[in-house]
Amino acid sequence: MGLDLQGGIHMVYQADLSSVEPGREVEAIDGAIAVIEKRVDVLGVTEPVIQRQGEDRIVVELPGISEAEKAKKLIGQTALLEFGEPVVEEGEEAKWVNEWGKWKPATATIDGQERELTSAYFKENTFVDQDSLGRILLLFEWNEEGSKLSEEITGRLIGEPLGIFLGDESLLGEDGKPIAPIVQERITNRGQIEGLSWKEATELSKLLNAGRIPIPLTAIYEQTVSPILGSDFVDMSIKAGIIGIILIMLFMIIYYRLSGVLASLALIFYGALVLALFKLIPVTLTLAGIGGFVLSIGMAVDANVLIFERMKEELRAGRTLGAAIETGFDRAWTAIRDSNVTTFIVCGILYWLGSSIVASAPVMGFALTLFIGVAVSMFTAIAVTRTLLRLFVGTRLAQQTWLFSIYAGRE
Amino acid sequence: MFDITGKKFWFFVISGVLILFGIVSLATFGLKAGIEFSSGSLMTVSFEQEVDHDELRQELANLGYTNAIVQRTGEGDFLIRLPELSGGAKTELEAGLTDRFGTLEVRGFEDVSPMVAAETTRNAAIAVVVAAVGILLYVTWAFRRMPNPFHYGTCAIVALLHDVLVVLGIFSILGGILDWEINLMFITGTLAVIGYSVNNTVVIFDRIRENLTVGASSNFEIVVNNSLVETLSRSLNTSLTTLIVVLALLLFVGASIQNFAVVLLIGIIAGTYSSICIAPQLLLVWKRRE
Repeated sequence: MGLDLQGGIHMVYQADLSSVEPGREVEAIDGAIAVIEKRVDVLGVTEPVIQRQGEDRIVVELPGISEAEKAKKLIGQTALLEFGEPVVEEGEEAKWVNEWGKWKPATATIDGQERELTSAYFKENTFVDQDSLGRILLLFEWNEEGSKLSEEITGRLIGEPLGIFLGDESLLGEDGKPIAPIVQERITNRGQIEGLSWKEATELSKLLNAGRIPIPLTAIYEQTVSPILGSDFVDMSIKAGIIGIILIMLFMIIYYRLSGVLASLALIFYGALVLALFKLIPVTLTLAGIGGFVLSIGMAVDANVLIFERMKEELRAGRTLGAAIETGFDRAWTAIRDSNVTTFIVCGILYWLGSSIVASAPVMGFALTLFIGVAVSMFTAIAVTRTLLRLFVGTRLAQQTWLFSIYAGRE
Repeated sequence: MFDITGKKFWFFVISGVLILFGIVSLATFGLKAGIEFSSGSLMTVSFEQEVDHDELRQELANLGYTNAIVQRTGEGDFLIRLPELSGGAKTELEAGLTDRFGTLEVRGFEDVSPMVAAETTRNAAIAVVVAAVGILLYVTWAFRRMPNPFHYGTCAIVALLHDVLVVLGIFSILGGILDWEINLMFITGTLAVIGYSVNNTVVIFDRIRENLTVGASSNFEIVVNNSLVETLSRSLNTSLTTLIVVLALLLFVGASIQNFAVVLLIGIIAGTYSSICIAPQLLLVWKRRE
């Protein structure tokens, strides 16, 4: 089932590849996809789809998820913890402001270059633990450069707070307050962050270990459907489909009598066959796809109508039922074939349109289901209805032309 | 025997008036582009408490969204059309609405960036053009053994344009009055109508072709009229069965595919009409001129 029926999130991200070396674009995108996959793991989605689209886009589909905002945040997150020191001098520019005051990035100079202290210098082996007092700790290790930076910065800041920020926002503890521990001693190899809840700490740890997305991504398309809305659609579409079929059968039986009964049987066969094909070919059933299917039910009887009308003409011309069936089918065939080709052309074009645009699912679903529907309807009209009709040839029923809505005395 | 071809003058007048209305309405109201084509956000919100349409719009204006379009769906939800909501704007909007109206649930959300919108518009335009050309070529090919196959193709295309103009005209009125928008489902529906309309025309042309081959009459007008009468019940019955399912879709599935179902509804009626009253009549007029 498509996202619009199952509920979930469909996101498309545009990657900015301008900073990537030529020839390594695919690698960069694949790297980004790998990171997103790890992040999505945190959410525990059952069948996520994360794939490249075109040259520089990434599609993320998370079916069945209801916490859209959280998922989006997690995927799009910078996943970079930055450390800040308090702004002391007047007029100095602050990068962050929170209830503890103004902050600027904590920097140190190594090898003659000024660098900011961030989680980019973490080893990807962070984990969560509890100390003897039951406090939850997010433990991390600095890599070589990080150790040097940390040593210099914490050495300078003993007795001062060290702010921790996630992107533009303060990292908030379980108590809702920004986490900013006072530096007790010089920190070189490893450190810990206190104050997060177990859940938050675990997620953050996984996120940090998943690494950073190597290229900037911008969300260019988003569709979120709540699972409840999705299931409403399914129910309503099924209802529409069933009522449509019943009304068509009634009409066909009233108008075409015995032929109509046979056409109705063919219609049931048709419905079953199409649904079986949907199972066989992995058609993503979207709302539009169901629309296409329901529409094709209406069009499916067209081939039957063409044939029956032809048969009636042949019967009126005085042919026997057997002859009328055969000529009816033969003569109607060119019209059935030629007229359905136009629908096939349109389906092909719609399929192309669907495959070429970002919000593709509804258009493609419609094109595919309508195509399958019309193709199967041609088959059932020729194979099923004709076979059923032939069964009546030579029986006593065949003498009763009123059964075919022809009055003996007419014309 | 009905005389259908004899009434062609009136058919042309009716269609002419309809299309004229459509063009005037298009010129006055234009078409409102949906977010797929113009970028922006579309939010489906359901409130726990009863919320008044105008109050909701007022509150949106208070929150800074003066141009928000608010529609009520059949299920009592609200569709809110907004400019693109970036970053935290969506969360802020939700918080603002919750403050005013109580608990709400965002049941659906779609956000399209201008880049995606431009691509979609371009490709949809290509699709419509390719469909028209493809069908012209196909119809010409299908009637290649007839004298003047090009006439058949052109008349089918004129009938098709007729249907599209009627659909567009009615939609611009709906857009002007009810804020209906042209979205991707609208384009999908229109292309389906194009296929359907030509389908009908081809069946009738096929009968004309057969009757000409059989040599039923040397008078072209009689051949056309006979063919129309012979195919009339088929044309009407097929349209009827298709209309039944489209109505079922419209009534039971409702708002989310409303555009699609209404396009099909109008398109099927216009298509049936044009395949009987426009395409074959034009063929006749053209033939007589030569």
